[in-house]
Amino acid sequence: MKQDIILAGVGGQGILSIATVIGSAALEQGLFIKQAEVHGMSQRGGDVQSHLRLSDSPIHSDLISRGGADLIVSLEPVEALRYLPFLSGEGWIVTNTVPFVNVPNYPAMDSVLAELGKLPRVISLDADTTAKEILSPRSANMVLLGAAASVIGILEPEKLREGIRRVFGRKGDAVVEANIKAFDAGLSLSQNRQK
Amino acid sequence: MARKKLLLGDEALALGALHAGLSGVYAYPGTPSTEITEFIQSYPLAAERGVHRVWSANEKTAMEEALGMSFAGKRTLVCMKHVGMNVCADPFMGSATTGANGGLVVAACDDPSMHSSQNEQDSRFWGTFALVPVFEPSSQQETYEMVRHAFDYSEKRGIPVLMRLTTRMAHSRAAVECIPDEEAAPQNGMKLPANERQWCTLPANARVRYAQLVKEYAVFEQDAVESPFNRLVDGPDKSLGIIACGIAYNYLMENYPDGCPHPVLKISQYPFPKKLILKLASMCKTILVIEEGQPLLEERMKGVFDTGITVKGRLDGSLPRTGELSPDCVREALGLPSPGLNAPSGVVVPRPPALCKGCGHRDLFTALNAVMKKDYPQGRAFSDIGCYTLGWLPPFEAIQTCVEMGASITMAQGAAFSGLWPAVAVIGDSTFTHSGMTGLLDAVNEKADITVCISDNLTTGMTGGQDSAGTGRLEAICEALGVDPAHIRTFEPLPANYPEMERILREEIEYHGVSVIISRRECLQTLKRHLKK
Repeated sequence: MKQDIILAGVGGQGILSIATVIGSAALEQGLFIKQAEVHGMSQRGGDVQSHLRLSDSPIHSDLISRGGADLIVSLEPVEALRYLPFLSGEGWIVTNTVPFVNVPNYPAMDSVLAELGKLPRVISLDADTTAKEILSPRSANMVLLGAAASVIGILEPEKLREGIRRVFGRKGDAVVEANIKAFDAGLSLSQNRQK
Repeated sequence: MARKKLLLGDEALALGALHAGLSGVYAYPGTPSTEITEFIQSYPLAAERGVHRVWSANEKTAMEEALGMSFAGKRTLVCMKHVGMNVCADPFMGSATTGANGGLVVAACDDPSMHSSQNEQDSRFWGTFALVPVFEPSSQQETYEMVRHAFDYSEKRGIPVLMRLTTRMAHSRAAVECIPDEEAAPQNGMKLPANERQWCTLPANARVRYAQLVKEYAVFEQDAVESPFNRLVDGPDKSLGIIACGIAYNYLMENYPDGCPHPVLKISQYPFPKKLILKLASMCKTILVIEEGQPLLEERMKGVFDTGITVKGRLDGSLPRTGELSPDCVREALGLPSPGLNAPSGVVVPRPPALCKGCGHRDLFTALNAVMKKDYPQGRAFSDIGCYTLGWLPPFEAIQTCVEMGASITMAQGAAFSGLWPAVAVIGDSTFTHSGMTGLLDAVNEKADITVCISDNLTTGMTGGQDSAGTGRLEAICEALGVDPAHIRTFEPLPANYPEMERILREEIEYHGVSVIISRRECLQTLKRHLKK
């Protein structure tokens, strides 16, 4: 079994913490992992993505092939659409609907949402508001990870929770709990959507 | 007991070096190489062992410092991005003549597709040029193991070795099985070279040594033929033979999940193992060469005369001539079917990087534009490498050139001599101490009519906030280089200070000599980190 995931967002939004949690969970489960990241100039407010590959057999390429991604997880709706050619025929998109507007020609929101609406397997949610509602406003990325957990078949949600505990452990119990709460909120939201 | 760690290629290289008994890393930050040194700086074993891990002023000083450590018998690593090789070319070429005493590994990280660079360069060329062996790993695990091998090899053959990584190896993570720190090789003791003579490259010595090096290059080639990192694997379908160098091997194998049906030669150690290439050519009449970077091997195999072997690759269009490889372009080159793809979405717009909101470079550009665009539209601003290169883009469009580290001051000087006025240079603090100081000395000696703006954010910003070599001493450095203290001005780039900034810029543009304006405010990224602590 393999799972190829593209994590997308804008430089500074925190896609790498999502990658770190998934990576930690996958390492603990003994899976093969490859995760290509973007460092350098793009991190200054440009589009950034990470190719995260998980498998129970060895992985060769650090990059996902076009048409090969099982899942796109995006912290920003336009960034989710940017990687459409990478999405496989059966692939899922899990995306935040809150736009990050830092370019003058950012498209109209209704056209962005309409574009997402045309795709067959999309879970879109306002992760920022959910994070605020549970009083953990800086955990929107974990809300999104929680939402994605329902379609990351290769890792059980509990493994991802353990990953959160390991990754955020040195920041103290309060931070761990806030992130777990955000994860669970995202997970239940997406499970309700799929029903 | 082996254990697994999730490491970037850069980090696997760093840990492999520490476990191989490293005594010092010498480097200047540069994407995608920065994380090698940063890993060593934060790794407990390096502190326990007192491993040298302070940033150098530039790649040339780094290479020379490392060469001194190798002279003294210890294992040392030099790290840089591909263009850093240009900066340290002089000592690097010289190191092939001196040879290595303690193991000397030079890690060059190439950035094909220019994710965060000004050009594409294939560092493997330096190997052929300097006659030094090159190692090019295909996986993070191989990177970790290869470094140790490279140090052993460097000492065994008495030669520095180059390790070439590319962006997708440097910045991709994988689980790496590594030894525990307690089992790391001991560091070398101080030990002078057995043959000190070749370390003084007086022509009489260098001629002897160069002749010897040329002979030894044949030994390096035989080593590559027998290398554990190079292998020729036969396959039933001889209609095509494939040579895959470094990371290209992964993209090849990605396309054949059940194993490649064609004979494959994987190359990760150079010089090119000619015997293995000839063996492949005896099996297949058509050979596809897959190389990340430039078509170095492909060009050689094609040569001038027709050999009867068809060589395919980047030169005949089988693979793109520029840019990095991907599993997709390799699939096309192999003639394999493409899956149906989603069309790109029509609503997506480009999102280029930009200066952070509130960044001091922004305020400098705003003030500079207010002065230049209004009063001196005939003037030009020559700039340099750093976050502030983004000042070329809208909304600022405040600078007109960027070539390489340090070229702002010197190009302004050349243009000023030719009659361009005002000739303004915009350079960052770290770039100034990397390669700007000597140019400023030239300008002072010539009494050039230039205005140099040092945009001092107290750090090396674009690579993530590493220490900058001249922090706190820029005025003293400029004064020592001979700039008139009356024309070394400073201001804090903030909107509230625009009137003062504009006045100072005007005054110094109107002064017909060398003036330096230091625009000083801490980088927001490092400030955030400092406030958290």
